[in-house]
Amino acid sequence: MELMQNLAIGFSVALSLNTLILAVIGCFLGTIIGALPGLGPSNGVAILIPITFTLGLDATSALVLMTSVYYGAMYGGRISSILLNIPGDEPALMTTLDGYPMAKQGRAGDALVISGVASFVGAFLATIGLMLLAPLLARVAFLFGPAEYFALYLLAFSTLGGMASNNQAKAALASLLGLGLAMIGTDGGGVERFTHGNLHLVDGIDFLVAIVGLFAVAEVFFFLESHGKSSSIGVKIEKVTVPVKDIIASGWTMLRASGVGFVAGVLPGAGASLGSFLAYMSEKSIDAGRSGFGTGSPKGVAAPEAGNNAAAGGALVPMLTLGVPGSGTTAVLLALLLTLNITPGPTLFTDRPEVVWGLIASLLIANFVLLAMNVPMVKIFVRILSVPPSILLPGVMMISFVGIFSLTGSTFDLKLMIAFGVLGYVLRKLDIPTVPIILGILLGGHMEDALRRAMVLSDGDPMYLFSSPIAIGLWIAAVLGFVAPMFLRKYLTKPQRITD
Amino acid sequence: MTGDRIFGAVMVIVALGYMLSATTIQTPFFPDPVGPKMFPFMVAGGVMICALYMIVKPDAEGDWPEWAAIGRIAIAVGVMVGYALLLKPLGFLIPTAIAAGVISYMLRPSALMATLTGIGLSIGLYLLFRYALKLETLQAVPRDWIGG
Repeated sequence: MELMQNLAIGFSVALSLNTLILAVIGCFLGTIIGALPGLGPSNGVAILIPITFTLGLDATSALVLMTSVYYGAMYGGRISSILLNIPGDEPALMTTLDGYPMAKQGRAGDALVISGVASFVGAFLATIGLMLLAPLLARVAFLFGPAEYFALYLLAFSTLGGMASNNQAKAALASLLGLGLAMIGTDGGGVERFTHGNLHLVDGIDFLVAIVGLFAVAEVFFFLESHGKSSSIGVKIEKVTVPVKDIIASGWTMLRASGVGFVAGVLPGAGASLGSFLAYMSEKSIDAGRSGFGTGSPKGVAAPEAGNNAAAGGALVPMLTLGVPGSGTTAVLLALLLTLNITPGPTLFTDRPEVVWGLIASLLIANFVLLAMNVPMVKIFVRILSVPPSILLPGVMMISFVGIFSLTGSTFDLKLMIAFGVLGYVLRKLDIPTVPIILGILLGGHMEDALRRAMVLSDGDPMYLFSSPIAIGLWIAAVLGFVAPMFLRKYLTKPQRITD
Repeated sequence: MTGDRIFGAVMVIVALGYMLSATTIQTPFFPDPVGPKMFPFMVAGGVMICALYMIVKPDAEGDWPEWAAIGRIAIAVGVMVGYALLLKPLGFLIPTAIAAGVISYMLRPSALMATLTGIGLSIGLYLLFRYALKLETLQAVPRDWIGG
């Protein structure tokens, strides 16, 4: 019954006109961002965060807006997968496998509707899962001391790194670079480090500067490299009808895929790409060739979409309860929370219930808004795909600059952002994932703090880090998470460049 | 191959520089058992191990851009730095129109389209930020041009 009370709190926040409008705007923007090829949810959420601040929104409203964008982007990612064979974001990669063949067979409209419904099922069930699981996990998290948190951060880095790259050394390097950057500035004890007398660095590197640089600015360089090869829509959609038969036939697929996706999302660091991948692969093996996965099967469209949207919801569980993001985009959302002075973690559920439950309630609402937007209005979003990169990319760049400038008003930060853009481009060229860097910058200070507090408690005995069953379990999981992909890689041909 | 090795070597140097800089961190009078130096050293040590691994066992070479593409990216970096420096003294409209126009031209070499994109984005974004998002700090043109 506690759940109902909490939900009542949530809906009392979420059902205000203001919040509803923000949710609708967020869903709309998010779907566009998700649909535009190359501009995934991490990018989109990253460049919108500074703008949220210029709006002067309170914490709950800002969170509602940005998570609506996040959910919207997950829905939208499928549109360019199906119509252009280009995933709008990494998790939508699996949707191209059956979505594009369906579109070529003249069933683009059907594919869009089926995937829209599957996205709804996945996201809706995941939100319910979040509602049930997050408070439980928050209760467990109360048992966490500094030693456990240290091991948890390690787990996040190792699983995120393990999934994000094909080369463990490169993934680890990326995490360490982030941690190293996090050390710049003033430490917990008030000692200045690595500032070299530069006043701009005393407060440390603003992670939004790093995020917008590594994601959005680097993306501009990528488009410049490929000369902005324009992608034209090769398939036509005539009228959009609801293919009831196919939807009913893929009912179980959607449910199973949602379950798989949710679990993948909850694992710290693994995220939506893994969710859609596992959902697709498991449905393909259950199907055993009956409905032709890979040649335009409706089930092949439903599975990855339910999977990735469920994972998107699942990824919010560790982010809200432990402060450890489950994917690249949730890392960006964590940055948003920290900037709003909200520290995620178990205390968030007791201290700021209106934030958590307001968020959950608005996610429930956002799902219905998205279903309504993505089924009847899908043609509008299709039209947006025809915006040429020569207008889109300068726009993204200018919004990034003004966003950061409005946030900090500092030319130094703009230059730093450009430097991060170049770094992000070079790293991605070398197949070094950039998401762990963000995670490192976000969590570095907390991780060091956890270590130092643990050592204060134990008077410098390192064995203290392994002194509780929870801590030992987390250490084992961290080692497995780092090592396992090396062996699994031989058996799984996984999509390239998983960054979320 | 080469890319990984060069980057690995650069990272080894960066890690050494980082450690060197970490030795100059001042320790407070009543330090905790770990202190402010230990974690940075651990991180730099880790970077060095990973970087050495990249040098010893590099991946297959990725596809590097041709010189023309590197040139476009270099121009873009130059434009961005210029934009960052001029945004305060020249106001929003003019630097934005030029920067957006140049990037647009590099993506699609049509002078007309680039000019229209530059001007359109500059004015459109100004209206959006200044009036819809109420960003008061945004100056359209330098203050002394409009006599205020």
